[in-house]
Amino acid sequence: MKHTLSVLVENKPGVLTRVASLFARRGFNIDSLAVGETEDPTLSRMTIVVSAEETPIEQITKQLHKLINVIKIQDLDPKDMIDRELVLYKVNAAPERRHEIIEIANVFRAKIVDVGKNSLTIEATGTSDKLAAMEDLLRAYGIKELARTGKIALARGSRDA
Amino acid sequence: MKVTGAQAIVKSLQAEGVEVVFGYPGGVVLPLFDALYDTEGIRVILTRHEQGAAHAADAYARVTGKVGVVIVTSGPGAANTVTGIANAYMDSVPLVVITGQVATHVLGTDAFQETDITGITIPITKHNYLCDDSEQIPEIMAEAFHIASTGRPGPVLIDLPVDISRGEVAYKYPERVNLPGYKPTVKGHAKQIKDAATLISKARKPLLYVGGGVLAANASKELKELAELMQLPVVTTLMGKGAFPEDHHLFVGMPGMHGGKFTNYAITETDLLFGIGVRFDDRVTGKLATFATKAKVVHADIDPAEIGKNRRVDLPIVGDAKAVITGITAELRKMNAEPRTEAWMRVIDDWRTRYPFHYHAQDGAILPQQVVERVRELTKDRPTVYCTEVGQNQMWACQYLKIREPRTWASSGGLGTMGFGLPAAIGAQLGRPDYLVVDIAGDGSIQMNSQELATASINKLPVKVVILNNGYLGMVRQWQELFYEHRYSSSTLPQDCPDFVKLAEAYGAFGARVTKLSELDRALKAAFDFDGPAIVDVRVEREENVFPMVAPGGSIDEMLGGIPGGPVSEMLDDELFEEVME
Repeated sequence: MKHTLSVLVENKPGVLTRVASLFARRGFNIDSLAVGETEDPTLSRMTIVVSAEETPIEQITKQLHKLINVIKIQDLDPKDMIDRELVLYKVNAAPERRHEIIEIANVFRAKIVDVGKNSLTIEATGTSDKLAAMEDLLRAYGIKELARTGKIALARGSRDA
Repeated sequence: MKVTGAQAIVKSLQAEGVEVVFGYPGGVVLPLFDALYDTEGIRVILTRHEQGAAHAADAYARVTGKVGVVIVTSGPGAANTVTGIANAYMDSVPLVVITGQVATHVLGTDAFQETDITGITIPITKHNYLCDDSEQIPEIMAEAFHIASTGRPGPVLIDLPVDISRGEVAYKYPERVNLPGYKPTVKGHAKQIKDAATLISKARKPLLYVGGGVLAANASKELKELAELMQLPVVTTLMGKGAFPEDHHLFVGMPGMHGGKFTNYAITETDLLFGIGVRFDDRVTGKLATFATKAKVVHADIDPAEIGKNRRVDLPIVGDAKAVITGITAELRKMNAEPRTEAWMRVIDDWRTRYPFHYHAQDGAILPQQVVERVRELTKDRPTVYCTEVGQNQMWACQYLKIREPRTWASSGGLGTMGFGLPAAIGAQLGRPDYLVVDIAGDGSIQMNSQELATASINKLPVKVVILNNGYLGMVRQWQELFYEHRYSSSTLPQDCPDFVKLAEAYGAFGARVTKLSELDRALKAAFDFDGPAIVDVRVEREENVFPMVAPGGSIDEMLGGIPGGPVSEMLDDELFEEVME
């Protein structure tokens, strides 16, 4: 089962290495990891997606807690979180087929951010499901290159005290 | 007050009450050794290898309860401490290791003697620092000592570039540290403590399974109080040795791979296994699926990650062993609980009588077990710290010594580091100058750090090394005999190379060789009474095995060797068993 961990850490050099090294050493697989500064510049938030059953996920969070630079960990409830990912697709697009691809992008509320002689680059944000559906359609034209940020997530506002 | 970074380190050490540091100088750590040169009150022990310094500091910490301090140079100096740091990490020993580093402006350029020691030690330290600002030194030092010594103790490394130790600091030692991500839970949860007391009061066949956490928490007195109040039998792991007096009638030995049959039977049969400061290590549990299957498991530990890591737990308690034990005893007193273990103790005593550790004495041969027994008998009226190397020597020490008081045992548990014993003995002797310090050694292990004989000799540290010399890497040979068809690949060592007596003499130590059982006592006594370090090279029966033994991956109640006995279900005296079950 996929878990989305939202991990608040001190914004210091080497913290990412400590977290990554912990996952590697304990044999936990990271599906994606995104990190950036928070509203407080001394803190960063890591969003880590990890596939694990219940017992291992408990062990993962306990081991993470042992890192001195880790301040808070939330295992986000999929029903109660906002999660987004950003993807850039560079798709084969001969001039006569451009409009089809632009239509697909519009349906998914994605943006065309670059046009080449034979390619289009599309910027899309959304949940993993939406992006997977879009990728599926674009694959028919041939995806030349793809880059993704990894998922970021927050608990919904209703959970705030 | 403005001081240099190096002076700030020394002042911080003084503020922490450090009396001894272990180390080895080199290029980029010279400012620090220079600052130590005319410092009063801190003794610098120059070892002969950085690994020796780390192990010595480790054992110093084990026998005193203080933080062990190591100071070495960059590159090879730092890298040589890695085994020592890993050893301390596995056994939860508080160390602060300060490594010199190349100057900040050349960091990352593969400068001479540069190595990424913070990167290397991430997985084997509780925390580490690369200090890139002299002004941060007091804060980092205070944090390092705090992290190393609180919660679950462990090693902390500080990497100190040479320009940082030369830089200026407005020195002021912080009164408290501010670590938002580090708040160990000391006090156990009141409801869980109450539940644990209730379980103990109701159990017919309880067993306390005690590890190094009880020693780390200095909770031996409290443990004894609890055990005696409810007449609870106690097993201690290799790391927990000394947490409960081994000559006490409630002491039921060490569990696991080379533990007592009686001990493993007790674990298999208990209805309440109460682990305190233990981690259900594979050498203790054997096959997890058959480990303590009849028991409700209560697990108290200060590290929440240990609870449920290997074994499913019925009642978890996160907290410091002393706080938890004290809380449970108080609850039991409040409920006027009475001991109910009389029949259970009779079952255990029956096993203990039927399945003691034993060996077959042979004419003309010295058995290693006999040597350990004689060490035990000759030291029983003397305050003694026992250290061990790793391998068969260590297991016989576990089986045949009697550790009588806390913090008088130093053995490499989790990592199983050959070469630990001699430097450990040196650290132990510095920590307990009035104690006799004996290292039970093997002829293989002792050679991994025998250069530290110089450290012992020069610093007049009268450690006694008793080598069970069988001319093999004995434990390797035993496994090859049992599991690799007697193919002794790379495990044979000539018994007379080196000549350990001459080696002792070369370092100015006392050396004696024993080839007959009748000479053993005299040689041991001479060594123990000698005013300086000593080696006794005892030529023991070469192919003696450590038994009983749980085969790797086997169930702990099905042991090889020892006095014949089957799985626990066949080994219960039916009448006694009925009585317990009533």
